Amino acid sequence: MHMPSLATQFLHVLAAGLLLISFAMLAQRRIRRLIVLLAWQGALLSASTLLVAITAHQAHLYYSAALTLALKVIVLPWILMRLMKRLGIAGEVEPLVNVSTLMLVGLALVIFAFGLAQPVSALATTVTRQALGIALAVILLAFLMIIARRKAVTQVIGILALENGLFFAATSATYGMPMVVELGIALDLLVGVFVFGIFFFHIREQFDSLDLHHFESLKEE
Amino acid sequence: MTYPTLAQPLPVLISLVSAWLLLGMLGLLQPRRVGWVAHVLFPLGALVALGVAAVAALALGSGFTPQALVLPLGLPDLPFHLRLDALSGFFLMLLGIAGAGISIFAAGYFRQGEGTAPGLMGLQYHVFLASMALVMLADDAYLFMVAWETMALSSYFLVTSQHRIPEIRRAGFIYLLMAHIGALSILLCFGAMHGGNWTMTFDAMRGASLSSVWAGAAFCLALFGFGAKAGLFPVHIWLPEAHPAAPSPVSAMMSGLMLKTAIYGLLRVSMDLLHTGPWWWGMLTMLVGLFTALFGVVFAAVQTDMKRLLAYSSIENIGLIIAAVGLALLARSFGMDLLAALALAAALIHAFNHALFKSLLFLATGSVLHATGERNLGKLGGLIRYMPWVAMLALVGTLAIAGLPPLNGFVSEWLMLQAFLSTPSIPHSFINMIVPLGAALVALTAALAGYVMVKFYGVIFLGQPREPRLRHAHGAGILERIGLAWLALGCILIGIFPQAALDAVASVTHALTGAVVRRGGSAWWIAPVSPEQASYSGLWLLAGLLGVIAAVFVIVRLFYHGRVRRSPPWDCGYRWLTPRMQDTAEGFGQPIRRIFGPFFRIERELPAADDAQPHYAIRIEDRTWRAIYAPITAIVRRLADAVAVVQRGRLSVYLLYSFLTLIVLLIFVL
Repeated sequence: MHMPSLATQFLHVLAAGLLLISFAMLAQRRIRRLIVLLAWQGALLSASTLLVAITAHQAHLYYSAALTLALKVIVLPWILMRLMKRLGIAGEVEPLVNVSTLMLVGLALVIFAFGLAQPVSALATTVTRQALGIALAVILLAFLMIIARRKAVTQVIGILALENGLFFAATSATYGMPMVVELGIALDLLVGVFVFGIFFFHIREQFDSLDLHHFESLKEE
Repeated sequence: MTYPTLAQPLPVLISLVSAWLLLGMLGLLQPRRVGWVAHVLFPLGALVALGVAAVAALALGSGFTPQALVLPLGLPDLPFHLRLDALSGFFLMLLGIAGAGISIFAAGYFRQGEGTAPGLMGLQYHVFLASMALVMLADDAYLFMVAWETMALSSYFLVTSQHRIPEIRRAGFIYLLMAHIGALSILLCFGAMHGGNWTMTFDAMRGASLSSVWAGAAFCLALFGFGAKAGLFPVHIWLPEAHPAAPSPVSAMMSGLMLKTAIYGLLRVSMDLLHTGPWWWGMLTMLVGLFTALFGVVFAAVQTDMKRLLAYSSIENIGLIIAAVGLALLARSFGMDLLAALALAAALIHAFNHALFKSLLFLATGSVLHATGERNLGKLGGLIRYMPWVAMLALVGTLAIAGLPPLNGFVSEWLMLQAFLSTPSIPHSFINMIVPLGAALVALTAALAGYVMVKFYGVIFLGQPREPRLRHAHGAGILERIGLAWLALGCILIGIFPQAALDAVASVTHALTGAVVRRGGSAWWIAPVSPEQASYSGLWLLAGLLGVIAAVFVIVRLFYHGRVRRSPPWDCGYRWLTPRMQDTAEGFGQPIRRIFGPFFRIERELPAADDAQPHYAIRIEDRTWRAIYAPITAIVRRLADAVAVVQRGRLSVYLLYSFLTLIVLLIFVL
């Protein structure tokens, strides 16, 4: 059997790390820890992008990696942390039910994602094609996390994790999106988080809480 | 008649339509300045309308060949096709002539502080005009639908210009809803007509050979869709709601012009795009039209709001037009081109006449409304003394719509009767029995229309003012008078020179039925069937009427002069007369309410014998609401409730929906 190069193997390790963090996020109750996990996920993403850039000699991926590092490891977690402090919920614990069921569903999703990625990876020519399944799994797990959470803040973290998965998918399938698109997405994320921050304050003002089950009162009778 | 030649009328028409759009945009420069919008832009719009009429009239000349043009606008690979032929030329002429009068009137009508800002109103108004012109010029389903929907939307905003009043919002909603249901049906009709290759130009549709099932489906969809716009029974319900809600010039545009676009569309689809169909097409159309006419006039007779009365009268007139169109289709299916041409000519001329006199009457109600602030017939009366100009011009419209010679209404209704009465030659005994009944219904409707118009005119303008404040009513301004006079002039001219009207429709009937109505007789007489059967001359009749009047006048002056005695009119022996003793609008309608009782849903509140303060109230409703619309509403509501089950109010459930959708779609990829 053909032995993959060291860089590719290392890339697989990083991808596995991403998946592991996704599972960890699914089960994490503390919001502060969740933000830290998000930052770690960003860091792994940045490292894997850098690695792809080196092995595949893709110049624009260097910028991409730097951008990811700056935005997803430093800026966004910092903004979120500050938001937690100002909202006074940094230490809050979110009750989660059925963590074990969630994990099992997550497992099923990973298998599904791998099955889905099989034909695509066969077509791709990148060194990272094996990682596409993991990228899809990260996306689906982030989606699952958004569904399972009941606080507005954790849902936003879920959306950011989902974006990480998309980014990883793009790098593994086609060596990343064009630079313009990536810059655009980065800006969108930044603005998005600010907008979410404003919404948090409005939601809290309206319902005295960030718990989304209060939204149920908005349903038409 | 000879027409001047203009090599390229179509580009000129397009630039005129663009001029309308430009005028609308210019209104936005200073949207709140009435002087700018009303006294500059609206008269300019009227000039453009005259230009449209003049250029469109070229298409009716005998040597005119249809012109087509492709504009590189619209979606990529889907340009706008435009075409000018006799049919669109005729309707554009109608639009231009009636639109000019309405625009001039509107210039004097719109005031500060009434609903929408004048500039915005001007934009909506001119977009409305331009979209109607585009409907008539469109040569592919795509442009047709774009223009059609623009027309519906711009008129919706015009109807709801006073949107702070809940009834007006409701009327606007019903109008928009019906307009969209109709548009959907028209869209499906075009879909059914594509003929297998999905080319949506009208040329391709003309060439397509449809199976009889698809052609029948397309026809029924067209009848329903255009019927919803025209106000055919049972999809007429928006009309009596929307017309009174709109400002009067807008009511005039909708009733006089927009309903005609529906007639145009029906003619375009049924007589131009579709090939000759089976006889039941014409029969169905004719019966629906006749019933609508009777229904409309009966309801008009019992109305107490002057604009609602006119709205129901529009339903009646549209019914007559559609009935004549149905007869034309019927005759065409039997290959009787001459009869088809006669019926079609009657329909077209009546459409033109209706545009003139109904606009005139709606505008007159606008003047009355401005002068008195009152729409309720029970609170009007005696206005002929305070607004003589409006009263005289409205009288012309009233006589015309009542179908009295020598005005234009008589010409078209007479032609219509001629067409209905000359059918015994149809080779189908069953139809031979039905069609003369149609003639009877047309005659009944015309007579009832006369009754309705006596009520309309008599209660508003004659007698004593029913409210003291009516004595302070003021006449209309000069611009309003010009607008009314322009339309009244049209009513008189067509009445006196019906030959010109027959000439104008000749090329349309030639294009659609292959035959031309004979003018017959001499230059001053028209005898469409044969001079032995019936002939008519507006000019001779007018001369005769004037002669009789002059003779009576002279005789009275000669033989009775000097023996004139002035005395108070006989007052039936009462001590004094009050305005409350006059016949009311309700009283006038009462016999009709009795005779046609099954048409109405009547709720009466009668006072008891020992009531200290007797109170009498009556509410007359359209049965269609409860019979057709209430069940449909109930079904829609039930369906909506069933769908509402998915609305859980929980964000995570909604997220789950999209997640599951994603998974399912991915499984398909797998």
